[in-house]
Amino acid sequence: MASSGQVEQLESGRVTKEQLDANFSDLHPEFDSHEAAVAADRCYFCYDAPCVTACPTSIDIPLFIRQIATDMPLASAKTIFDQNILGGMCARVCPTETLCEEACVREAAEGKPVEIGRLQRYATDVSMRSEEHPYTRAKTTGKSVAIVGAGPAGLAAAHRLAMLGHEVDIFDAGVKPGGLNEFGIAAYKATDNFAQEEVEWLLKIGGIKLHSGKALGKDFTLEDLSKSHNATFIGIGLDSVRKLSLDKENLSNVENAVDFIARLRQSSDFSKVPVGSNVVVIGGGMTAIDAAVQSKLLGAEEVTLVYRGSQKKMPASQYEQEIAKSKGVRIIFNAKPVSIEGSTSVEHIEFEQTENGSAANKNFSVKTDHVLKAIGQLLTDEPQNLELEGSKIKVNALFETSVKNVWAGGDCVSAGDDLTVTAVAQGRDAAENIHSKLMGEG
Amino acid sequence: MADLTSSFCGISSPNPFWLASAPPTDKEYNVRRAFEAGWGGVVWKTLGSEGPPIVNVNGPRYGAIWGADRRLLGLNNIELITDRSLEINLEEMARIKKDFPDRALVASVMVPCEEQHWKEIVPRIAETGVDGFELNFGCPHGMSERGMGSAVGQVPEYIEMVTRWCKESTDLPVIVKLTPNITNIIYPATAAKEGGADAVSLINTISSIVSVDLDDMAPNPTIDGKGTAGGYCGPAVKPIALNMVAQIARTPETHGLPISGIGGVTTWRDAAEFLALGAGNVQVCTAAMTYGFGIIKEMTAGLSSWMDEKGYNSVDEIVGRAVPNVTDWQYLNLNYTTKARIDQDSCISCGRCYAACEDTSHQAIAMSADRVFTVKDDECVACNMCVNVCPVENCITMEQLSPGDLDERTGNRVAAEYGNWTQHPNNPMAKAAE
Ligand SMILES: Cc1cc2nc3c(=O)[nH]c(=O)nc-3n(C[C@H](O)[C@H](O)[C@H](O)COP(=O)(O)OP(=O)(O)OC[C@H]3O[C@@H](n4cnc5c(N)ncnc54)[C@H](O)[C@@H]3O)c2cc1C
Ligand SMILES: Cc1cc2nc3c(=O)[nH]c(=O)nc-3n(C[C@H](O)[C@H](O)[C@H](O)COP(=O)(O)O)c2cc1C
Ligand code: SF4
Repeated sequence: MASSGQVEQLESGRVTKEQLDANFSDLHPEFDSHEAAVAADRCYFCYDAPCVTACPTSIDIPLFIRQIATDMPLASAKTIFDQNILGGMCARVCPTETLCEEACVREAAEGKPVEIGRLQRYATDVSMRSEEHPYTRAKTTGKSVAIVGAGPAGLAAAHRLAMLGHEVDIFDAGVKPGGLNEFGIAAYKATDNFAQEEVEWLLKIGGIKLHSGKALGKDFTLEDLSKSHNATFIGIGLDSVRKLSLDKENLSNVENAVDFIARLRQSSDFSKVPVGSNVVVIGGGMTAIDAAVQSKLLGAEEVTLVYRGSQKKMPASQYEQEIAKSKGVRIIFNAKPVSIEGSTSVEHIEFEQTENGSAANKNFSVKTDHVLKAIGQLLTDEPQNLELEGSKIKVNALFETSVKNVWAGGDCVSAGDDLTVTAVAQGRDAAENIHSKLMGEG
Repeated sequence: MADLTSSFCGISSPNPFWLASAPPTDKEYNVRRAFEAGWGGVVWKTLGSEGPPIVNVNGPRYGAIWGADRRLLGLNNIELITDRSLEINLEEMARIKKDFPDRALVASVMVPCEEQHWKEIVPRIAETGVDGFELNFGCPHGMSERGMGSAVGQVPEYIEMVTRWCKESTDLPVIVKLTPNITNIIYPATAAKEGGADAVSLINTISSIVSVDLDDMAPNPTIDGKGTAGGYCGPAVKPIALNMVAQIARTPETHGLPISGIGGVTTWRDAAEFLALGAGNVQVCTAAMTYGFGIIKEMTAGLSSWMDEKGYNSVDEIVGRAVPNVTDWQYLNLNYTTKARIDQDSCISCGRCYAACEDTSHQAIAMSADRVFTVKDDECVACNMCVNVCPVENCITMEQLSPGDLDERTGNRVAAEYGNWTQHPNNPMAKAAE
């Protein structure tokens, strides 16, 4: 995680500890069993339900909700995990308003969908608190699979492969597993160290060895893996951040939003996380929104999010935008940065107003002491020899790369779409295809 | 404002809402508060013989069925008649009658099935100034094991006999409260009428087991590991009660006998339905036990606004209005033909109608790839199941075909004239239409 600038002279502890606790508390707290029963009762058990089609992992949503309604949360969780082993995290981070809940017929009917995400969280939380891991492994196949990257894609692949009886090694460059679940997701979506707990829980199936601090390209090559394992799955996510390509981008207090978020996520005491008093976030995706909201929650006085396109074009959902506004984030559309000004650290940014993407010859300046860049992540350190499509790893419908016995999925592949749930779906499906291939070989 | 005053078999009250004989009417404290809240009358909790009072269980006496949000849908109880002494009850009743002379006060009675018991207690209760008696032949648990309650109500001869004893002991109106735990409600109702009853009231509770505790493997409510059948009441029993009331109202043998309608009355609308099917007034228990006495305000205000809206001036104008429209199946017009129609504008594409019709009815709904649902007229038998499962009100409706229209399912034109089963060619017993 290369940072383009350093952070200095920024204040931490802008708000009281109590306020911080309140600010970073769970965005959607867990239902109790009665609330879950009431929410579940709203499901119509639609025929060929549209929500299932809308879920990238195709969870049988009406079924799991009916199992909650009949007071069978463990069975309900099993229905979820069968399709999505990270159903617990997805229940917290999925933009349900553009996925299952958008498709819910009650959204069409009354603008109030069944609260699928929170119901999913209820069932998975109950299950993950229980002693038993809900899966056992099939008879061992004697085959081994290497997984590179312990993010959602890699973890989903690992669990499925272990379940099918293979021996799995996960190699991750980071010190902690979880990928962006651990370093990227907004703090108020995954409270109480949930990302680590989920990984621990997932590993309980057995047959998976986790090797942290081991990077592909540095500590080993794909060729090494092809010698030691029968197959390899790559789920390395995106390693770098797109630059603004402006002159003074290296001034201090101009940094990547993901670095700021990672620092926040890794802090055990949010009152020690520095933030500017006038923060400017550049970008329009989930990362930009999360950086803006969390700056505000840390106590920044003014937070301005500037997106170069129109409100309609903004990748962050309407719902995410509403959250940002409700926290006091100012959102400016149709403007792009043209220069960063300051002597040692940033003092203000010049923006150019755009119309339909082109310059409108109207400039304005925003005073700032902390700039967070969130204009997209890239894959720059791709493993050698793999064919790319655009800047990402090229895969076919079975998630096979151009190299024999190497599969890939998640953010790093061309078919990825920067959603946790999609990474899970691809990891799972790649695992099934690896399994077929390995067993087919006999 | 419509006039809600009620006169039921000679007993007058400011409105037709009485509290049924049950815990809400078990003592002066309750009844006083009920009258202050606006209830028109009460049937006092059933009185038993003089002597050591009845004892109740000391563990839970109620069980229930709930909707998802804990809305109480059905209640079951194993409570017996009053467990307070006759003397105290009578003193309290006298005080209440004195303080609330305009309200109806009816004494519910249950004593052993021997003449002297009834002939002693009835005149004694009359001294309190009560307006009438209700004979409890309905309680289905506990008391029936001792030969009282529904044990009497299930034997028409006993009903007639006890009713006669009571009529011989008082000039006040005698109402016979019927049990629904029988095969045909007309028999006990006829017996009551034969015995000289001024009215019947129904239903008392339905014998039931409300649920089973699957850990203790015992019925609920569970008393020290065991349970027993209890009486079922509340919203869930209303359809059963409505039917029994209607049958008494429309059967020639019992037609004209005043009926106090009981069973699941929870809102003004429930009351209006009982009145329409022939009840002269209604009695309420579970709704009051669930929500408290305050619901009377919704009930009286609702009934009176609805009456205003419809132009009914008095309760008597509603009583029995729907009775002529309750008939036997054999007289339903088989030429009346409807088809389901789905309003595409309000359809939310849930597909519940499709699942219901395709899996369990007549395969008469088509589903397109983009989730548009349409009725196939050549298959639709107009069963109404799609309407009942559709979550959107009035999205699916039943549209009548006009005489002369083609019914695509049968290939026949819809006949203009009325035609029922008794005249149908497939009926071996058919009579030619006159
Ligand atoms: C700030 C932010 C907020 C987000 N919020 C949401 C959200 O709310 N909801 C949502 O659905 N999605 C969100 N996303 C997107 C989501 O986090 C990703 O789509 C998802 O994590 C992708 O999973 P992955 O397994 O492909 O990659 P990652 O989660 O990126 O995991 C990749 C793993 O590979 C490891 N790795 C990388 N290179 C190597 C190497 N050479 N050798 C070994 N290991 C390596 C990394 O250490 C990491 O552990 C967000 C993303 C960001 C950046
Ligand atoms: C706890 C309880 C006790 C009852 N006790 C009596 C009783 O003593 N005498 C009687 O005639 N009916 C008794 N009933 C029956 C009610 O009077 C009434 O007929 C029945 O509950 C149906 O009305 P509802 O659906 O409004 O509750 C009792 C009902 C309940 C719930
Ligand atoms: S009325 Fe019955 S048969 Fe006709 S479409 Fe509806 S469910 Fe099917």
